[in-house]
Amino acid sequence: MVRDALGVGVAVGLSGFAFGVTSAGGGLTLGQTCVLSLLVFTGASQFALVGALAAGGSPFTAAAGAFFLGVRNAFYGLRLSQVLALPRLLRPFAAQWVIDETTAVALAQPTRRGARIGFTVTGLSLYLLWNLTTLLGALGAKAIGDTDAWGLDAAGPAVFLALLAPMLRSATERAVAGLAVVLGLGLLPVLPAGVPVLVAALAAPAVLLLKGRRDGRAPGDVTGEDR
Amino acid sequence: MSTWIAIGLTALGCYAVKVAGLFVPEGALRRPFVRRLAALLPVALLAALTAQQTFADGRALVLDARVAGVLAAAVVLVLRAPFLLVVAAGVVVTAGVRAMGG
Repeated sequence: MVRDALGVGVAVGLSGFAFGVTSAGGGLTLGQTCVLSLLVFTGASQFALVGALAAGGSPFTAAAGAFFLGVRNAFYGLRLSQVLALPRLLRPFAAQWVIDETTAVALAQPTRRGARIGFTVTGLSLYLLWNLTTLLGALGAKAIGDTDAWGLDAAGPAVFLALLAPMLRSATERAVAGLAVVLGLGLLPVLPAGVPVLVAALAAPAVLLLKGRRDGRAPGDVTGEDR
Repeated sequence: MSTWIAIGLTALGCYAVKVAGLFVPEGALRRPFVRRLAALLPVALLAALTAQQTFADGRALVLDARVAGVLAAAVVLVLRAPFLLVVAAGVVVTAGVRAMGG
């Protein structure tokens, strides 16, 4: 348990550092980089946003990509609201800590008390760590100057790859990833910056719908009134 | 200024979905299609972003040192190395190839 917590802490600290470096290397100021970690506090969205802005995307398409990556946190919140049973007044404050790591720790606890402690301790320590390492990374990037010479422009895609790999469990996930890569790269030269990623996100519903049709389920079972 | 707009929109949007998850009645997110879609959206986005940040230079596709770095990261990932080593491999190999003029 302690080893797991330490492992999570080290991973989050390092990605915070990598985010600070990537963000500063992508042209954001120290203030902008730190505000992102303070107010957004969900790593993949932050990486996506600074990557899109560095590539010349409009603020709206860049924010849309970051937003769609953050949508998964709503589903974590749904699970957590049952497990933690927080009073309504506390929920707006707890919400900022609803992320991958706090959800994993809270759901692993056998009791409600344990889940609440796990959520609070993980949330507070990761929030402090993430913001501290973001600041250090941004300062470090300014200090070393040309971040590309140090290969730090590869930190972003390496982080994304490390987040993606454990998700590729079944053929469905791999089909979605493959289609998204084709769309993301194929549309890059023809659509405005930031837009190809949003189109690539459509790989998810597209594969789901195709799979539902191929499995021979009645359309109502799969899509229902969602469309 | 446009960077601050992007930051503001992202902060609001990401906080809104976090709050929504804690407040939304269960039924709304319980539909199988919605749950499956929520699980698959990050897969699509992360895959597209990985590919773009490996091959894109502005709106052109290029092969440069990053490709070697991300390939190295993938190999380290397959060997089940921890997160730190995956990112380190990507950065070090990219820097190395670039230093050699790649």
